[in-house]
Amino acid sequence: MLHRYPRRVAIIMLALTLCVAVFPLWGPAVFGDQVDFIQEKLTLMVILALFTMSLDLLVGIVGLVSLGHALFFGVGAYTLALASPEYSAASLWWMLPLVIAVAAITAFVVGLLVIRTKGIFFIMSTLAFGQMFFYLISTSQFAGGTDGLFIMFRPSVTFGETTLLDLSNSQTFFYFCLGLLIVGYLFMRWLTRSYFGQVLDGIHDNEHRMQALGYATSGYKLVAFVIAGVLAAIAGMLAAMQYGFANPVQLGWHTSGEVLMMLILGGMGTIFGPILGAFAYEILLYVYEHLTVHWPILMGLTIIASVLVLPRGIAGLIIAPPWNRKKTPVAKEQAAESVIPPNSIQRNEG
Amino acid sequence: MDLAFFGVQLLNGLQYGLLLFLIASGLTLIFGIMGIINLAHGAMYMIGAYLVYDLNLRLGNFWLAIVVAVPIAVALGLIIERLFLDTLYKRDHLYQVLLTFGLILVINEVQRIIWGGDVHSVAVPSPFDTSLQLTSNLQYSVYRLFLMGVCLALAAVIYWVIRHTRLGIIIRAGAVDRDMVEGLGINVRTLFTLIFSAGVALTAFAGMIAAPLSTIAPGMGDSILITCFVVVVIGGIGSIKGAFWGAILIGMAETFGSVLIPSLASMVIYLIMAAVLLVKPRGLFA
Amino acid sequence: MSNEPILATHGLIRRFGGLVAVSDVDFDVRPGEIHAILGPNGAGKSTLINLLSGEIPPSEGQVLFHGKPIQGKSVRQIARMGIGRSHQKTNIFPRLNCLQNCELASRIHMGGVFGSWRSRQRARKVSERALEVLETCHLVHRAYTPAADMSYGEQRQLQIAMVLATAPTLMLLDEPMAGMGREETWQVTELLKSLTDRYTLVLIEHDMDSVFCLADRITVMVDGCVLESGTTDQIRTSEKVREVYLGRHHEEATA
Repeated sequence: MLHRYPRRVAIIMLALTLCVAVFPLWGPAVFGDQVDFIQEKLTLMVILALFTMSLDLLVGIVGLVSLGHALFFGVGAYTLALASPEYSAASLWWMLPLVIAVAAITAFVVGLLVIRTKGIFFIMSTLAFGQMFFYLISTSQFAGGTDGLFIMFRPSVTFGETTLLDLSNSQTFFYFCLGLLIVGYLFMRWLTRSYFGQVLDGIHDNEHRMQALGYATSGYKLVAFVIAGVLAAIAGMLAAMQYGFANPVQLGWHTSGEVLMMLILGGMGTIFGPILGAFAYEILLYVYEHLTVHWPILMGLTIIASVLVLPRGIAGLIIAPPWNRKKTPVAKEQAAESVIPPNSIQRNEG
Repeated sequence: MDLAFFGVQLLNGLQYGLLLFLIASGLTLIFGIMGIINLAHGAMYMIGAYLVYDLNLRLGNFWLAIVVAVPIAVALGLIIERLFLDTLYKRDHLYQVLLTFGLILVINEVQRIIWGGDVHSVAVPSPFDTSLQLTSNLQYSVYRLFLMGVCLALAAVIYWVIRHTRLGIIIRAGAVDRDMVEGLGINVRTLFTLIFSAGVALTAFAGMIAAPLSTIAPGMGDSILITCFVVVVIGGIGSIKGAFWGAILIGMAETFGSVLIPSLASMVIYLIMAAVLLVKPRGLFA
Repeated sequence: MSNEPILATHGLIRRFGGLVAVSDVDFDVRPGEIHAILGPNGAGKSTLINLLSGEIPPSEGQVLFHGKPIQGKSVRQIARMGIGRSHQKTNIFPRLNCLQNCELASRIHMGGVFGSWRSRQRARKVSERALEVLETCHLVHRAYTPAADMSYGEQRQLQIAMVLATAPTLMLLDEPMAGMGREETWQVTELLKSLTDRYTLVLIEHDMDSVFCLADRITVMVDGCVLESGTTDQIRTSEKVREVYLGRHHEEATA
């Protein structure tokens, strides 16, 4: 059934999570004095995983290919940067709701416009809106122009006088991000298996049919767009905390392209795939950067290759390993019987 | 703003718009007929500019450089189409986006390897390296006028091909219903290769003739690509007419925007796009 | 049962560029009847049904559902007014199973637009309704089979089940038997017959045997116009129909 996967998926994901979670135990032994650097990389991967997962809701689940998702990543980063007091730490208790609110409003307004478009128009208009914000930010005085803004203090998490989490500690911050990723994952898992998720699947397969059944598909798409935007903004906020700055590059279209790459690499529409994709992409990037200064060529070729030979990404490999592809003679027989080839069934939209 | 200054801006806007049209028409044709969204379109614009810069140095003649560069661009289009796009026609736009995004990374980096990261320029070629005296203190580059003429001539050729030839009928039919073209017994493979190469040639050619007026720099294709997306969204995908009027509109908006409201200049075209999407989500000429 | 038409059109015209696909059609459907639309390819049947379901707007004329014009309403709104339709192409959600397909259809008609989050009790009602229509359509044994894995005939049946699940007052079926074998055709004919006491049906169909066996009234279309409209017996004996439609069929058969 949909969004339910073989047991090995759960086992692999749990094992990997555990592995990452106990990094402070084995990291120093493997990486020596590079361990701090590697831990920062890991934190970044966790943040990007959350970002990629949010895009999966649009691309993989609803079938809306957004090439402007970095916009919301940037909204999160800049909201944090602009709302933080200059010489003291903001409180996460109001910073997080603020980021969520700003992102939700932005996503709602942008969504109202772009949801009206379909297919390639959607791709182009999301790209264009992303660039609109990019130019808005990079030419604005208040947002620091092309230099961006620095964030001197990470938000504090306190209860009364006691500090619950000290986010300026890199290890605490690492676990904080990991925790948010896990919460995000569970939320997405619940969402995709809910009725709402079923409706989104229906829209993905055949939007026109959903309308003919009486569904206000635009409304559902808009809600998905807002949820994806909010999740991306949370990831953007974390990224800004991690780097200590918000920069226009974070909301440029190359970032949008990169996160799409992570998605395809991991396997879209699977929720867990994007997490693998973000890690795989960052590891590849790290390796390529060490191999040559012309690493973008390798990255570009990797993406082209994965589009051509591995369209379902790493997740596809795990769900149905090539050495373990079940042959289903029954289904084949029935497909042969059918007058209309199975792949033409979906091609009925507008 | 006095009248002469206004006139100059009008001409600048028109010239920029016409250039945008050359690029956007390729983009919209490739999508309209082939159903392919080609992000590497802007990179080909950049390649056109660099080719002319390079060949101009080697051959010492701008015009000769263009004559040599155009076939190279066509060949590049052919190779890309045959090598990469062939498998993508039946697949989701997402894969086209990703593959052509991958191509951008590769092309941009190949550019860096061959020509480095420096900014270059190409001298305005004779006999157009003069200016026209408009008023006592305003001049206008003759090359810009020449460029407008070339773009208009090409626009006329495109119009003629689409209106009055068999190929044009196929193109118009394909923009409305792609399956129909296949039903007409046309060799779709050849048609696609032809369209893609022509589209790439158009954008590369735009890069070439614009080279004397622009700074040739890495990544110059990216921003022009997105501007052309805006043009295509405004005009309506697959519509050459839409690409033309969209390009003129955007050319004017950007030119006058940067003169009248410099603080918002880079936003103007997106605001126009948002307005169009609000009123006609499928573009003005769809 | 009143004899006020549930659906009526007046002077309905639809042009595509210079082509008139539907020309000045007056057409009505009475509650509880099966009204079949018959005609050669290109007669404008599919265009007519698209006009009736509001998927394309008419160039001129009006479609009245329960006496109210449907013009200007979206496909979704018309669906929720009670017009359910199936398409000529198989139009199911291949990744969902049979039951989920029907649940998707029934849920929207059992709660608000965003009612998808709500209570357990409602969820049970939705499933019950879905199972009910599966039973009507003889698909219960397939409830948990992914739609993509079912046979073509079953997929077509599922499509009818989904229309049923939306609890429509009027069903528009566009060639429900298209591409089916004899056996399956009769199965669906039986199924449609069993619906007559509860639903009103408009049916486009090529299979003449099924049509004459099922329909209460038949409208024959040629070149976008109504050639003849009447009871099944009237059509069977109509000279005009015999000449233009059945005759043509006959020629083809003998040629």
